[in-house]
Amino acid sequence: MPSLAERRRAPGVFDILRPKLLSARARFRTRSVRAPRGRNAVLGIAGFAALGGAFVIAFRLVSYFKNVPEIGSLLAGKLLGVAFLAFMSILLLSNLVAALSTFFLAHDLDLLVAAPLDWGRFYLAKLGETVVHSSWMVALLSVPLLTAYMIAWDGGWMFPVVAIGALVPLFVIPGVIGSAITLLLVNIFPARRARDLLGLVTILAAGGLVLLLRLVQPERLARPEGFASLVDFISVLRTPSHPLLPSEWASSMLMNWLTRVADPLPIVLLWTTAGAFVVIGAALHRRLYVTGFAKAQEGRNEGVRSGTLGWVAHRALGWMRVTTREFVLKDVRIFFRDSTQWSQLILLAVLIAVYLFNIRALPLFTGEQVPVFLVTLIAFLNQGLAGFVIAAVAARFVFPAISLEGRQMWLLRSSPLDPRAMLRSKYWVGMVPLIILALILTVTTNSILRATGFMMAVSVATVLAYTLAVGGLALGTGTLYPQYDTENAAQIPTSFGGLIFMLFAIALLAAVIVLEAVPVTSYLRARQARAEWSPSVYDVAAFVAAGACCIAATWIPVRLAASRLDELET
Amino acid sequence: MIRLQQVSKLYGSFAAVHGLDLHIRRGELFGLLGPNGAGKTTTMRMIAGIVAPSAGTVEVGGIDIFREPMRAKAMLGFIPDRPFVYDKLTGAEFLRFSAGLYGQEGPKVESLIDELLDLFELSRWKDELTESYSHGMRQKLIISGAFIHRPEVIVVDEPMVGLDPKSARLLKLLFRRFVDRGGTVLMSTHTLEIVEGFCDRVGIIRQGELAACGTMEELRLDAASEGAGLEELFLRLTGEHVEPNLDAIIG
Repeated sequence: MPSLAERRRAPGVFDILRPKLLSARARFRTRSVRAPRGRNAVLGIAGFAALGGAFVIAFRLVSYFKNVPEIGSLLAGKLLGVAFLAFMSILLLSNLVAALSTFFLAHDLDLLVAAPLDWGRFYLAKLGETVVHSSWMVALLSVPLLTAYMIAWDGGWMFPVVAIGALVPLFVIPGVIGSAITLLLVNIFPARRARDLLGLVTILAAGGLVLLLRLVQPERLARPEGFASLVDFISVLRTPSHPLLPSEWASSMLMNWLTRVADPLPIVLLWTTAGAFVVIGAALHRRLYVTGFAKAQEGRNEGVRSGTLGWVAHRALGWMRVTTREFVLKDVRIFFRDSTQWSQLILLAVLIAVYLFNIRALPLFTGEQVPVFLVTLIAFLNQGLAGFVIAAVAARFVFPAISLEGRQMWLLRSSPLDPRAMLRSKYWVGMVPLIILALILTVTTNSILRATGFMMAVSVATVLAYTLAVGGLALGTGTLYPQYDTENAAQIPTSFGGLIFMLFAIALLAAVIVLEAVPVTSYLRARQARAEWSPSVYDVAAFVAAGACCIAATWIPVRLAASRLDELET
Repeated sequence: MIRLQQVSKLYGSFAAVHGLDLHIRRGELFGLLGPNGAGKTTTMRMIAGIVAPSAGTVEVGGIDIFREPMRAKAMLGFIPDRPFVYDKLTGAEFLRFSAGLYGQEGPKVESLIDELLDLFELSRWKDELTESYSHGMRQKLIISGAFIHRPEVIVVDEPMVGLDPKSARLLKLLFRRFVDRGGTVLMSTHTLEIVEGFCDRVGIIRQGELAACGTMEELRLDAASEGAGLEELFLRLTGEHVEPNLDAIIG
């Protein structure tokens, strides 16, 4: 008579994934039911607006390319190929990190590895989980792009099926490559070290990609007249493509369908390659996973000594109260020891470089005299851009500050620490670097633009007031919409609260810019009339109102946050 | 030293704690027992000032912890059931930070850090990031953190989980010495032998209410079970004295 174990059906891929699917469903239901009234509506509208905006831009671009005589479909095909290549690059990076978590660090692994599971099904289940985690956002982004192609070329009702047929293998291939690289790395380094390494590599690669894309000046492609001949132009168009890239096969597959060309080769290449990759990945998994998983269980023993830097920091903050000083030191230490946090500074540096490059690339100073009006106008509008960058940086570095205390809140709440002191400490830890960044951006760009003394003074004052306000807003909304369960700081700003913060920050920026337009216009009028500018009552009132907006945006959210911390129960 | 009067805590319509009255005297080691989900952790967190009661008052050292939190919390050391610490701080840095939360620093704190780490055999890992600590090591670190500011009251939720026998014994000795010197300990635990041989008084909580409270002898009298062990008493007082059909489950 067969034993109970023998009679049991071997668990399949879906059995392994079922707890994840059920958890996701429960999370979705809980969020839908518990979400405050209007939250889903705000999220829905914001998401729809973002996708709608992406569709409009993509449709205009695709329609423009389609109507270019002779090379229309070539241009559109290249655009799709470049987009898919970018998708694959992003997916390769995100799969590297996701695979480390799903294959080696996830909480369910102890249970699964101890269970009598078939290794092949385990690999397929975890690969599926990795691919879904890494690719859902790229899949969502591809919807407006592919819809634009479908409408522009009248792709028919079968086009979505064809598109899915192209995207699935396109997403699986980087998933297998990412998982395999992670598997090899974990066999060499302990998992936590590998995570730091992968995080750093990802950030460096992403930063390098952005910098490269900007420095090659893609805007030149929109100006074919700038090329010596059509051959040069087309050769530039061909630059990123390669016959062995899956992104090229996927784009050919879709363009063949849209232009009614019967060529099964791209489909065969795409699917057979994906299939072969899965088989090779599974073979690697069978050979290396057990040793890799065992290595992943090893903790990292890394001694840390404060050294001279710690001594200097301690002395420099000596004037603070003990509680505040220890809090600031703790935050700074954690930031510079957590690779998911400090590595973001690399992206920030890339962002600043691209920003300054863009200002420098403006066709303003090509020899002839530029009117003060134009320079002042650009310098004024530049405040808006700089403000947006500062808001984005605050979202990344200041917004998560309270959420990151989540698991340790028991210590803070049971101690005699005044929540206001905690907020003050968090505020200034975020504010000091943010103000330095804001001043660098404003002073450098205004110097590049050769802005007048008046505009430099207005910009510096505005950006200072706005930075202080946006810091308060970020800290306040971050406390009112905390993500205590999220350990990765980079994920926290992508929450509903992060969206609310960005909406408020942009609204504040718009209000400040509109109010300051009054005195700046009056100044420009005086300059054009070659008269001495003396501010009117309206000009002064506009400056005061802009300042009042900034003060209110600093004070009100922080006050609300303090009340919330008083009532907090964790 | 700790006084709860008519304390209730509601989560929506669910009453985690209901009309709880409890008085723990200075120099007493009090054990709180109860089945899973009885309201022990909620009670401990209310006493630590982390969770606010829906009704009633919680006093530590005669001070209402929600009216004057700074003064009341300065007397208190809290040890939670789950040892969450900052992964990217070293053990010594964590203790220094904990002392800083109570406004303490300087050579005395530094020497106490060394003494506590030495006591719990963590000196070797003093300058290691806590992310490499085991569960038991983290537990010992947060226990050290609760003592770093020399509190008058210790509120501790499940202190023995994850500790090896030597550390568990050391902790019992530490608590006893602390109480002998005038400190007060409120301890929630499922380890009945510890309560039986170690606590001055015991409270049994069931469905958010205090089902019984007193010394072991008083509890035996209450349950009319002279000579019964605490396990027997506990099951009787919590109404869980039912033998399930284990044969059907094991097969």
